Parts: sequence; C-alpha cells; structure tokens
Amino acid sequence: MPENSVTMYSLSTCSHCKSVKKLLDECTIQYEFTDVDLLKGKERTAILEDIKKFNPNCSFPTIIIGEKVIVGYKEKEIKEALGL
Amino acid sequence: MDIEKLYEMLRKAQEPKGYYFNKDKERTFELLEALQENKERYGYMVCPCRLASGEREGDKDIICPCVYREPDVEEYGSCYCNLYVSQEWNEENIPHEYVPERRPPDKIRF
Repeated sequence: MPENSVTMYSLSTCSHCKSVKKLLDECTIQYEFTDVDLLKGKERTAILEDIKKFNPNCSFPTIIIGEKVIVGYKEKEIKEALGL
Repeated sequence: MDIEKLYEMLRKAQEPKGYYFNKDKERTFELLEALQENKERYGYMVCPCRLASGEREGDKDIICPCVYREPDVEEYGSCYCNLYVSQEWNEENIPHEYVPERRPPDKIRF
C-alpha cells in the first residue's frame, strides 16, 4: 500500500502544532509543514486560500493525510489516518 | 521578562478569577515563551495558537487572555491553547476534550 503524503499547516508558536510535529517525529513519519505565521504578504494570502479549501475555519494545525483532513492535535485520528 | 516572573505575575492575577495555569509546566512555559515571542514580534501578547494579523485592532479579541477563554473554560474546562484551565480540568475530574476554535473565521484578516 502506498504511503499517504502528510502535509501540515501550522504556526511556529502554537502548542497543538508542536504536539503534532512531535508525534510525527516520534513515529518517524515524513511530512511537510508550513509555519504560516512566518509568511508575509502575498505568500501568506495564497496559503490561507489553500487552507480554507481544507478547513474553512482556517485554524491550526490543519493536517492533510492522504485524502483526510484533521484539524487540531487529535492523536487517535492522526494515528488512524496514518495506519498506526 | 523572565518567564518564571511572568508565570508568577499572571498566576496571581488569574487564579482569583478561577483561571489556573495548566499543571503541565513544560507546556505552560512553552506557551508563555510563545506569548513573549509574540510580544516582541507584534508588540502585544497575542494568542500563540492563532494567526495574528499584526494589527492590534484586528487582533484584540485574541490578545491573551482572549475573549473566548471564558466560554471555553466554562464549556470545556480549558482555553483553546490549554494554557488557562479550570481546577477540575487540572484535577482531571473532567475529560480533556479537544477545544474547538470558537473565533469566527471572518475575524481572520488576510
């Protein structure tokens, strides 16, 4: 089974985002993340438009695992989506 | 400000109002450091778990303690960040549920 790609929209200061990063690191999952608070101007606007498509609330972390979108540090759901 | 001092200062001001720091000190200190970082970045202690616009007027509802803390602690025993909690939450007499974002999305300024 091909592995699901993992992408996360996060904030550099957010505790829930840090928890997700820690969980993924501990499970040795490869993932890409964007700390949106560190972006400015057009780059930020463009990313926010992308996030809205997955999570209209535009809250963080927004995690995309394959086809599944998970909002927040929901350990059980994240692990399930990862097949762990 | 020294984080330990900030912790004590806020603790003394907030506990009498019924808002306690999360007993997980590592997490609490991490959040206080993030607040301090935001103070340096934006000039005010805006919520570390939300995206700030950088304009005080637009961010005023999420300057810590945010306006959503009261209903969130009332309903879930914890604020959105798990920084301020109720005594019951710290004593684990109520479940530690995920606190959903209460801030209306239209408040986020692009």
